[in-house]
Amino acid sequence: MEDNQIEEGEKHRDVEVAPALISVHPSQNSVAVAVGSDLRVHDLLGDGVVSLLDNSGAPSHKDSIRAIRYGANGKLFVSAGDDKVVKIWSAESWQCICTVSSEKRVSAVAISNDGQHVCFADKFGVVWVVDLHGIDGSQASVNKKAAPLLAHYCSIITSLEFSPDGQYVVSADRDFKIRVTIFPKKPLDGAHEIQSFCLGHTEFVSCLVFVITLDYPQGFLVSGSGDSTVRLWDITSGSLLDTCEVDAKAGHLESNGSDEGYSTVTGLCVVPDSTLIAAAIQRQVVSIKGENFIPTSLANSSSTGLLWMVTGVSNLPGFDFPSVSRVKVISGFNKSSPDCLEHEPLVLEDSDIPGGMKLLEKLQGSVKVEEKVFSAAAEAVKTAMCNLLIKKQYSSDKREYRKRTRNDKKIKQ
Amino acid sequence: MLEKESNPTISKSTGLPRKRFYRARAHSNPLSDSHFPVPVSPFHVDFSLHYPQFFPSTGEVSHLKKIQFADIGCGFGGLLISLSTLFPETLMIGMELRDKVTEYVKERILALRVSNLGQYQNISVVRTNSMKYIPNYFEKGQLMKMFFLFPDPHFKEKNHRRRVISPHLLDEYAYVLGVGGIIYTITDVEELGDWMKSCLESHPMFEALAEEELEADPVVKLLSCATEEGQKVARNGGQTFQAVFRRIVPTS
Ligand SMILES: C[S@@+](CC[C@H](N)C(=O)[O-])C[C@H]1O[C@@H](n2cnc3c(N)ncnc32)[C@H](O)[C@@H]1O
Repeated sequence: MEDNQIEEGEKHRDVEVAPALISVHPSQNSVAVAVGSDLRVHDLLGDGVVSLLDNSGAPSHKDSIRAIRYGANGKLFVSAGDDKVVKIWSAESWQCICTVSSEKRVSAVAISNDGQHVCFADKFGVVWVVDLHGIDGSQASVNKKAAPLLAHYCSIITSLEFSPDGQYVVSADRDFKIRVTIFPKKPLDGAHEIQSFCLGHTEFVSCLVFVITLDYPQGFLVSGSGDSTVRLWDITSGSLLDTCEVDAKAGHLESNGSDEGYSTVTGLCVVPDSTLIAAAIQRQVVSIKGENFIPTSLANSSSTGLLWMVTGVSNLPGFDFPSVSRVKVISGFNKSSPDCLEHEPLVLEDSDIPGGMKLLEKLQGSVKVEEKVFSAAAEAVKTAMCNLLIKKQYSSDKREYRKRTRNDKKIKQ
Repeated sequence: MLEKESNPTISKSTGLPRKRFYRARAHSNPLSDSHFPVPVSPFHVDFSLHYPQFFPSTGEVSHLKKIQFADIGCGFGGLLISLSTLFPETLMIGMELRDKVTEYVKERILALRVSNLGQYQNISVVRTNSMKYIPNYFEKGQLMKMFFLFPDPHFKEKNHRRRVISPHLLDEYAYVLGVGGIIYTITDVEELGDWMKSCLESHPMFEALAEEELEADPVVKLLSCATEEGQKVARNGGQTFQAVFRRIVPTS
């Protein structure tokens, strides 16, 4: 019976573009960008050159990468996506230390704070856990099996986060839900004890991040959503503490003047040592020096005041470029009180970006990206975000057809 | 509202809705997204609309009295109606995926309220997909009893994840059930009975009720005979398989 919506959604995805992703090492030792199946890493400590050591010989990923991240202690890096493979890397040697296969496409990843467990979510809403005990990266890549940890019933999980104290794993989905689960002592037996649900969003939840303040080291959860709000939560009780309507906030920024309703929040980033949060909004076309810039992903390290952004997509239709990306860095997010920044945030010139042109060449694929490619990318990013995040709505004709062709029309009684 | 004269779906002799006007597909696919409203959170449900007698002032969302029993996949509502008079002060709700069936149960309850003044005020029904939206209706630890009577079997292995009792869904049921709360399951499909029992046995937050406890619990007797499905099975002399478990605090 081919009546499963998610399966169908997978089969008939019309646009296969994937938004570019960025992640920064917690001490800004390196920066990683993923565009399509391409994983690019630039080392900021040494001479910049990083070659990924993956003894499989073949490219590390065969299809679009959907999630990348560094572990909190900076030792590990994880990449995963549509090729149903999760790769766990040493963020020092860039040796792939562990490969895990998933039954389904992977939509989100997280690394426990002690670096001993990697979690990943698949397109069916199941979160899996991999135990890394005994893997120190000294031997060549090992294959590991993942165990199911928890599940959101048939909803795509969009984001996974460990709480700062490591006590909880938080998962967000397309059905407006955020689930806070106690991360158990024996994760391979599953995480059964739900601490809370954070309910209040009225559209898909797209991103999660924790803010830690001096008075509240266990941290507050911040979530972004398709309902164009950013919300602040207490995860122990699941209570909603505050809601920020981003349209209103973004109003004073230069916008492209469109009035197409909602501004999907697609990325969140917490500025270290402060209570400042950066939010990426889908509609907001930030015009930076004449370039249309819609960030597809945000990142920063816990040690610097730099906010890294990337925009780009894979497989841009109509262009020869296999995958386009553009990296920008904003400075001036150093220690500051909530409302007044020490300096105005400043978009760095390409040459002022740490790593300079060498980094851009590596992460973007080339230093210069043609303007027209760029505006096309901006459009495609929008489409990709929509397709990725917004629920498939069948036309009423199609729905009727689907109803008629069901094979379970038995009449009760 | 009930318009007895003009409404052919209501039986003239009993004043109750006629079931044949509320026939529906036997099985709905709980995975496909239907188009019914989903409350953003339990605080967004106006229970005064469901239980007007318990919440005299409509509009304000009062949480003084909370729902304690939930009948998941309640079908035509037979269990709720039996429980209603057994626990007249307890609020209970049925959750049903099929639109027509939900409408039938609604009409049935309204009709019972009319013909038995003061009674059946504590039961109601919502149309929802319980596999997705239980946390949207109930707060943590709020429920004392959950019922899963004669759920759809979904025989094929690949459809097992559609079963309403599964290891992952039990996490959510454990969340909405208070400690000491009881989950009741029954089926006439032996394989499903084994499955539900083994899911519950392997879950760290549930333990089986002892034989004496089962005998002492008046609700257990209703499992096989209170619902339409149960009566059908009984008429055909079918065997039933039940599993009744208590929500416990997990060890460690
Ligand atoms: C076989 S009937 C049993 C009905 C009733 N409990 C009885 O014993 O007569 C199963 C019922 O569960 C409902 N159901 C199935 N999946 C559901 C879901 N995900 N949420 C709510 N109801 C569901 C079906 O529509 C059907 O009415």
